[in-house]
Amino acid sequence: MHDISAIVHAQHVLNAGYQCLVLDAPAIASMAQPGQFVHLRITGLEPAALRRPFSIYRASDSQLSILYKTVGRGTEQLSRLRPGDTLTAMGPLGNGFPLETHDRWPVLVAGGYGVAPLSFLARRLNRQGMLLVGGRTAADILCTEEFTALGWDVRVATMDGSQGTHGLVTTLLDAWLARPGHPAATFYACGPDGMLRAVAERAQLAGSPAWLSLDKHMVCGVGACLACVQRLRKPDGTTWIARVCRDGPIFEAGEIVWEHPR
Amino acid sequence: MNTPPPAAAAARPDLAVTIAGIQMQNPVTVASGTFGYGKEYAHLVDLRQLGAITVKGIRLQPWDGNPLPRHVEVPGGMVNAIGLQGPGVAGFIRDYLPFLREVGVPVLVNIWGTSVEEYAEVAERLSDVEGIAGLEVNISCPNVKEGGASFGADPRTVAALVAAVRRRTRLPLIPKLAPNVPNIRPYAQAAAEAGADALSLINTIPAMVINIETRRPVLANKVGGLSGPAIHPVAVKLVWDAAQAVKIPIIAMGGITGPEQAIEFLIAGASAVAVGTATFIDPGTVLRVIAGIEDYLVRHQIQRVRDLTGSLLTT
Repeated sequence: MHDISAIVHAQHVLNAGYQCLVLDAPAIASMAQPGQFVHLRITGLEPAALRRPFSIYRASDSQLSILYKTVGRGTEQLSRLRPGDTLTAMGPLGNGFPLETHDRWPVLVAGGYGVAPLSFLARRLNRQGMLLVGGRTAADILCTEEFTALGWDVRVATMDGSQGTHGLVTTLLDAWLARPGHPAATFYACGPDGMLRAVAERAQLAGSPAWLSLDKHMVCGVGACLACVQRLRKPDGTTWIARVCRDGPIFEAGEIVWEHPR
Repeated sequence: MNTPPPAAAAARPDLAVTIAGIQMQNPVTVASGTFGYGKEYAHLVDLRQLGAITVKGIRLQPWDGNPLPRHVEVPGGMVNAIGLQGPGVAGFIRDYLPFLREVGVPVLVNIWGTSVEEYAEVAERLSDVEGIAGLEVNISCPNVKEGGASFGADPRTVAALVAAVRRRTRLPLIPKLAPNVPNIRPYAQAAAEAGADALSLINTIPAMVINIETRRPVLANKVGGLSGPAIHPVAVKLVWDAAQAVKIPIIAMGGITGPEQAIEFLIAGASAVAVGTATFIDPGTVLRVIAGIEDYLVRHQIQRVRDLTGSLLTT
């Protein structure tokens, strides 16, 4: 783990409101694994502003990228940074997705820009699989051509029907699971809490492992402050409180004790 | 003829301080709750350079803390309501203390409870193990329903609590006082007279943030404590007030982001300081503060950092 000055290499505008920031940060990029994140101190915010965590979208020996949506003053300021500007980056942080699929078919489930760490994962898995991706509208569907280029089966759902199936991404998942004779799967998911929980429930019914990337508001990023905690269940039935930033952000669905039982 | 010594080799200033009998190589520690149990930051901060390590609050049994969200960013800082989540005394001794012993700097353990007896028992249990230099007695956490701030709300309860803990441990006791009182002096005096060896101040300032769209509190606990640069001038005033009321040393904290704010605390009367929220933003802050204090002493030709304590000029 490093806390270094990183140089903005490029800012790419993707769909409306979404951007890709490319950083020259070799110390972090060369160690990064899919599912890990970086904690950025955004230059130009007031000095007391907290850091912002971002999933790693891409990493090479020298550069790493994040994919983000402009949603608040942190990401607004981030979007103003130009090539040559510097910011402070801590990482790679967190545990990352397990890359061993145990002869199961990888099924990736993404909500909106939750596709970013799954795109990185698809590049590092040793086999092709399927991406199910959902968004509010067609503009929220990102990166699908990358999966197609890697030979992945890509299926899209939008809430307004402007691209792919009309409905939630779980509509796609249910349709696939209902098909007789579908192969044994390992699920990997990143997106809103409701989507993660829906994937967890379906994976449990199917007897499949599901690796979920949890998104909780973080402060320190290293497990010190206890702002981003999640209760987990051990195999013996006892529970403990994990730190999403340090012990996660990737957890197996069966471990998670959801806050409001259904 | 003897060769004169090289002129440039001026002696470095003496940064060492002794607080409540605890020898610190410099006057800078970290604020409880902002540095975990030390090892969380071991990859980013050379822990051996700290004056002391102050760990997160410990009560007798493991404690879950509050539901999420537990924090919210505000201009000039953040409001948190973590709720003193912790491993309990036995968990701390088993899982965290061995690492801290290896670091080799004094360890201050922040303790709390929901009864006077619990505080005393936690203190007693921690007195029986190696590697603890002192106890910061948390009587000012705004984020737990029982215990915490309720013991710090009246000078008489402060005195009773400190006296009760005093009877059960030989470890130095450092009560951590609340900022939200009309006058800090009687609280500081009550703690000192009951046997406190030093004082720690300030804790976070009780605060609240409302989401106007949902008309709900942002924090699950509804209210929390404000920390960060916004509270620094408040803390300086309280440290100055307390320093005039008692002779025991003060560890000051609240909004330190660099050496300047730490030096202000020392001038106001603190003998040591703690870096808190700034660590979340820049983990290197604590080391930058130590180096900056040393530079300041050189620049002002002050030989010993303890000569800076209480050096405020008011005329």
